[in-house]
Amino acid sequence: MNDADGIVELIPRLRRYARALAGDRIAADDLVQDTLERAWSKFHLYRRGTDLRAWLFTVMHNVYVNQLRASRPTAQLDEEMPELAQPVRETDALVLRDLDAAIRRLPPDQREVLLLVALEAMSYEEAAGTLGVPIGTVMSRLARAREKLRAMLSGLPPGGGKQLKIVK
Amino acid sequence: MDKDNATQEDAEMKLISQGLHQLYDPVLDEPVPERLRAHVVGRSRWRAAGVAAGWVAAGLAVGVVAGWQLHASRTVAIAQAEVPGFVKRAAVAHAVYSPEVRHPVEVGADQEQHLVAWLSKRLGAPLRAPKLDAVGLGYALVGGRLLPGENGPVAHFMYQCKEGKRLTLYVRANAVGNPETAFRYAAEGNVKVFYWIDRKLGYAISSADISREDLLAVADAVYRQLNP
Repeated sequence: MNDADGIVELIPRLRRYARALAGDRIAADDLVQDTLERAWSKFHLYRRGTDLRAWLFTVMHNVYVNQLRASRPTAQLDEEMPELAQPVRETDALVLRDLDAAIRRLPPDQREVLLLVALEAMSYEEAAGTLGVPIGTVMSRLARAREKLRAMLSGLPPGGGKQLKIVK
Repeated sequence: MDKDNATQEDAEMKLISQGLHQLYDPVLDEPVPERLRAHVVGRSRWRAAGVAAGWVAAGLAVGVVAGWQLHASRTVAIAQAEVPGFVKRAAVAHAVYSPEVRHPVEVGADQEQHLVAWLSKRLGAPLRAPKLDAVGLGYALVGGRLLPGENGPVAHFMYQCKEGKRLTLYVRANAVGNPETAFRYAAEGNVKVFYWIDRKLGYAISSADISREDLLAVADAVYRQLNP
């Protein structure tokens, strides 16, 4: 019973991450549902006392990766890389709509790392554990994700942020 | 220089993080869709019911219907241990959901087309919700729901008659079993189940309320509609 309560409590978190990962609402909730199904069938593998959220995120990651493998990667790429006309922004204001569009255009592995760290506030170590990759991989994916975002968003300073020198 | 870069990167990450929270935190406040909640809650009740029923494979009473078989001349004797796992799950699902007053189904019969399309998509096989009018017992479709099975999603249809008695049809995909299609009977406590495997779909029809003969008539009607 406690297990079920714990999982029910975490559904909103799973949905938030799935929405950011998958984009549209239906696809995101399908991802959550598949994750819950898989989590139940694999629940004997969950070690009591360990972080249930991290475990569920790992399950979701695996489900997500399997879905990506099942779908045609080229179609996926086309869908996620629309031509974006980039209007010039005043100053360094970050426009949410553009951030969202830019995140959609990241390769899935980089998007996952960025979301785990920036949205789920996981440490590099936690993100590495969730994704089942070394910490170095998390760091390099994150660096690449940020480089791409910088290139895509006028709100973020290009080239490592030289324009932000005024920020102490 | 390195220190400057680090500061700038921190500021940048902070911007990204704030942006992501503004974009996606509203999801946290959305009501959780019933299909997701039911998944977990239904599952835990399922477990509880399984325990309450003292469900063990060895406790299953198994029989084979002599009166109705595709191969009329043969009676198939099967050992108790051979009752497929999905049949036990079907009986437990019946025990869990059929007494449900407020949420017996996830999608009602008023949206039958949507229900069938949805469950077909999730199971990866074309399904139908059989009509039971011809059986003459007054059973009509209440609706259905998606359930977690051993190896993936399962479709669960519920029927009810005017007196409020219910029976449920449990359908799973990728069922492996005896290629010989015959109705088999299993029971646990007061839940009676007729089940069969047909073209990789496993079917189990369960009821606690009606006689074995009537349930067999229903199973027969279901089978005939699925194999016209």
